[in-house]
Amino acid sequence: MAVAAAPAVPAKRKELSQSYWSLVWYRFKKNKLGVFGGILLIVLYVSFALIPEFLAPYALENRSQFVEAPPTPIRFVDEQGRFQAPFVYGLERRVDMVKRLRTWVPDTDRKYPVRLFVQGDEYLLLGLIPMNIHLFGIDADPREARIFLLGADALGRDYLTRILYGGRLSLLIGLIGQFLTIVLGMTLGVISGYYGGPVDMFVQRFTEFLAAFPNIPLFMALSAAIPNYWSPIAVYFMLTIILAFLGWGGLARQVRGLVLSLREREYALAAKSFGASDRRIMFRHLLPGTTSHVIVIATLSIPGMILAETALSWLGLGLRPPLTSWGTLLQDAATIRAIRFTPWLLWVVPPILLTIFAYNMLGDGLRDAMDPYSGRG
Amino acid sequence: MSSTTTKNGRIGDILLEVKGLKKYFPIQRGLLRRTVGYVKAVDDVSLYVRSGETLGLVGESGCGKTTASRCIIRLYEPTAGQVFFKTRALSPDGTPKMVNLLELSREEMNRVRQEIAMIFQDPINSLNPRMTVADIIAEPMVIHGKYVKGESEERIIELLRRVGLRPDHLRRYPHEFSGGQRQRIGIARALALNPSLVLCDEPVSALDVSIQAQTLNLLQDLQEEFKLSYIFVAHDLSVVQHISDRVAVMYVGKVVEMAGAEELYNNPMHPYTEALLSAVPKPDPLYKSDRIIMQGDVADPSNPPSGCYFHPRCQYAVDLCKQKAPEFREVKPDHWVACHRAEELKLRGI
Ligand SMILES: Nc1ncnc2c1ncn2[C@@H]1O[C@H](COP(=O)(O)OP(=O)(O)OP(=O)(O)O)[C@@H](O)[C@H]1O
Ligand code: SF4
Ligand SMILES: [Mg+2]
Repeated sequence: MAVAAAPAVPAKRKELSQSYWSLVWYRFKKNKLGVFGGILLIVLYVSFALIPEFLAPYALENRSQFVEAPPTPIRFVDEQGRFQAPFVYGLERRVDMVKRLRTWVPDTDRKYPVRLFVQGDEYLLLGLIPMNIHLFGIDADPREARIFLLGADALGRDYLTRILYGGRLSLLIGLIGQFLTIVLGMTLGVISGYYGGPVDMFVQRFTEFLAAFPNIPLFMALSAAIPNYWSPIAVYFMLTIILAFLGWGGLARQVRGLVLSLREREYALAAKSFGASDRRIMFRHLLPGTTSHVIVIATLSIPGMILAETALSWLGLGLRPPLTSWGTLLQDAATIRAIRFTPWLLWVVPPILLTIFAYNMLGDGLRDAMDPYSGRG
Repeated sequence: MSSTTTKNGRIGDILLEVKGLKKYFPIQRGLLRRTVGYVKAVDDVSLYVRSGETLGLVGESGCGKTTASRCIIRLYEPTAGQVFFKTRALSPDGTPKMVNLLELSREEMNRVRQEIAMIFQDPINSLNPRMTVADIIAEPMVIHGKYVKGESEERIIELLRRVGLRPDHLRRYPHEFSGGQRQRIGIARALALNPSLVLCDEPVSALDVSIQAQTLNLLQDLQEEFKLSYIFVAHDLSVVQHISDRVAVMYVGKVVEMAGAEELYNNPMHPYTEALLSAVPKPDPLYKSDRIIMQGDVADPSNPPSGCYFHPRCQYAVDLCKQKAPEFREVKPDHWVACHRAEELKLRGI
């Protein structure tokens, strides 16, 4: 028995020889919801942040006469009940006597086939490759007819296009902002936990100050401090930095707590006994022990940051036109008049919700995979 | 006391001499972290180690053995005392000289740390779980800029072999090993820089009894091969009996007796040593137990008794013991004791 079992041992050993991260990956893969959230996020980031120019049928600022045109559905059946290749009707201006408003209604005499990979507005793909192919569009002179899958805004711009482009700033502010938060929070957390004493005292009181200070007034003050002659891009980065600045405290506290417990682990002492520098102990021995927690916390707090941008821009404190983000779009959508007459502007809400759900699913999945109590930490 | 023959027949000069070492941990209370007192974890430790020998450091749990050994290598900053160590790292031509480690700058101390290695009690906690065995053993070399690609890898494999592990263990993580194997990894790491002194803090007490003997043998072989000196911390005298040349006994932060191993086991001169010795299991089953049961508890290091710390538990205590702390003195050549009645008492060894 024992002899027969012996050859199996090396194989088993090999399989066990995994680093912490491959173990995490193995456990994460088994979590369907987490994987789904991750894939969803990849899809969202690719379509909104990387290639919205290609997915959108028009350029961001391409205006038209079709002011506040409602969504144009893609049709397969014409007015005689015949099946056809997908097409849209042209738009005709009418005055709605009930709403006492000029509106657009389908003009069934004009039909424009919907095509894939049509030529249209010029753009630079990924900021590099000049192109004019769009995923879909219609074969028509843009002055004469357009496709508005999600309607048009008050300047006749395609709203789907605007949502796609707007996602870039909103999604990236979450990512970049969180990245800054992590860098700040981890560095200060580990320094505070490792050195203790006055440094710790200072960092602690400062994070408490930040946490105790009401965010909106603080933000108003900070954004009032941004000079209005700054370029929109500078404002965007400033906003990111401000969000990160407000957000690092919580993370720093968590990292500090972990470092306090890890510091007493003998492997940190061992490194010190061999003459390791403080920097090496902090960044090579203590920080890696906190990364799994930090990743989970960060993943779960990116939505907060995206929401913060949205909310602040909506309040008029964050990004301003001509920058287009989900927040500035929401600003246009969330008025009584818009809800009454152009409700399609609320289409900006589903992508925001989808992003938040996706991050939460991913974050939960990661937490389960890295849970320090379910296995080796 | 300058040079004598060790158990292994080697002649050694003093490598390390600790004088009056103290470490008081402040006890802080309340919101303002006011210091309300001190834990006198190490309270006047004096000892020395000759090169090539093993000094056993023995005492009950909590008597300050770990703290003392960490103070020697300045993992904790001692409150007072002197630690003289013969180092080559500080002179440009590598000639050994005696320096007081507590007076060195951080940078100098770090250089000396090449020559003093430490083996920890807990083989799980002392290895970083996120690093491979190769990285763990390489770390001391990397820290001191001595890691050379290729050459050092060979040395690591050689070290692994030497401690009884296989080269294919290199890419594994600590959690894949048994306790004994992990401790071997820790030993290989300690040897990476060719130290002259190794502080072993209860290196076998967390291991299975069957593996303890193996590990002890390994440590002895390595000592022979690499001319190492050990301070070997243990909490009972039986573990250190076979491997120590000399033994120092600690009680509540103080070394109370230090002598050659044979001398200490045969002619203990401190009542506490006698009590510890009486608890060492005898090989003869018919031997009638004459274990000395000490009354009372180990003294509290934050509030030690007056005079001799051992007096509330000592069966030989006299009035003087309550009033005056005994001095740690050399009663016979190479036999140091801190007891007022050392000369007059006839104590039993084994
Ligand atoms: N960092 C610290 N802060 C405060 N008190 C400490 C600290 N480290 C140790 N002590 C105290 O110092 C005393 C000696 O502890 P130490 O760990 O040196 O004992 P030890 O002899 O190694 O015991 P053991 O055999 O259990 O390892 C104990 O009373 C302990 O509570
Ligand atoms: S000094 Fe007195 S109390 Fe202390 S060990 Fe000696 S005899 Fe006992
Ligand atoms: Mg100890």
